[in-house]
Amino acid sequence: MLNVSLYRYNPETDNAPYMQDFTVDTGDRDLMVLDVLELIKAEYDGSVTYRRSCREGVCGSDGLNMNGKNGLACITPLSESVKGGKLVIRPLPGLPVIRDLVVDMSLFYAQYEKVQPYLQNPTPAPAIERLQSPEERAQLDGLYECILCACCSTSCPSFWWNPDRFVGPAGLLQAYRFLADSRDTATEERLAKLDDPFSVFRCHGIQNCVNVCPKGLNPTKAIGHIRGMLLNRAT
Amino acid sequence: MVTSVTSFSRTGLSDWLIQRVTSIILLAYFILIAYQLLGSVDYTSWESLFEQTWMKVFTLLAALSLAAHSWIGLWSVFTDYLTERMLGPKGNVIRLTCQLWASTALVAYVIWAVVIVWS
Repeated sequence: MLNVSLYRYNPETDNAPYMQDFTVDTGDRDLMVLDVLELIKAEYDGSVTYRRSCREGVCGSDGLNMNGKNGLACITPLSESVKGGKLVIRPLPGLPVIRDLVVDMSLFYAQYEKVQPYLQNPTPAPAIERLQSPEERAQLDGLYECILCACCSTSCPSFWWNPDRFVGPAGLLQAYRFLADSRDTATEERLAKLDDPFSVFRCHGIQNCVNVCPKGLNPTKAIGHIRGMLLNRAT
Repeated sequence: MVTSVTSFSRTGLSDWLIQRVTSIILLAYFILIAYQLLGSVDYTSWESLFEQTWMKVFTLLAALSLAAHSWIGLWSVFTDYLTERMLGPKGNVIRLTCQLWASTALVAYVIWAVVIVWS
């Protein structure tokens, strides 16, 4: 049996959020946290609300805070997350809660939109495709794999305090993904938009983002590269 | 672009660079002071050290670096925690009050240091 403490909040009926305890029969199997949520929803309380889709760490829907650490519930086994026989599940920190474990990700997406996460190149497109050398393509490794689950940005204190002004690790990883792309020609415009005291420079390098990224990416390193590009541009 | 009229240099890059350069100056200064303190130090040797022009210039540089470094750091702290998001409608007033207090104190400390070392 597993003791699960679940963050519950329904704005239509609850005045304040509260933690609800469940004792879940896992059959001593090393289930994923998402499986436990599915069990609770199916067998204990059908009103428990959370996002999920692919259940294999690809879609990024079920980013949650499990025993204090952000991650994807579908690829986080109980053996990794349970401490002292207990599992505390909360929504991703720092974003407004819509209901139970579902957060409003508008601020997160607004920052993502701000970095213009698409290829910009006004030259006429070639007949087939814009070619890259294998070396140029390799520059994008570790950047393009982001699934926008928001585990990184919502584990970052700078994003908690200034979600409207600090782009956050997810957005900055994507910003660098296009800065590093040999086919993109908007480097100057992209850098000009980032050179303010908040967008990039609120990152103090504490690497919470690196610690939680379910895809093993390194936003702090990408932010360092952006700083380097800003420095080269200005000196 | 997000701007902030109260940041040290108004751009993120300059603030970031200034904070790093000033930290190197401060590190060098404190290593020198520590080296002096670890040796045999008395009033005469201490006074003769600070009588030298290079030491006065270095001390002034360190004082200015400390002020700039502190302002950039405190500005980050103030704009993280003392905001309307964190404190409600009075957040901006509280932040500006603290910024005024901190900047006044830092300018006063620099002037005080100049008076002590150069008089």
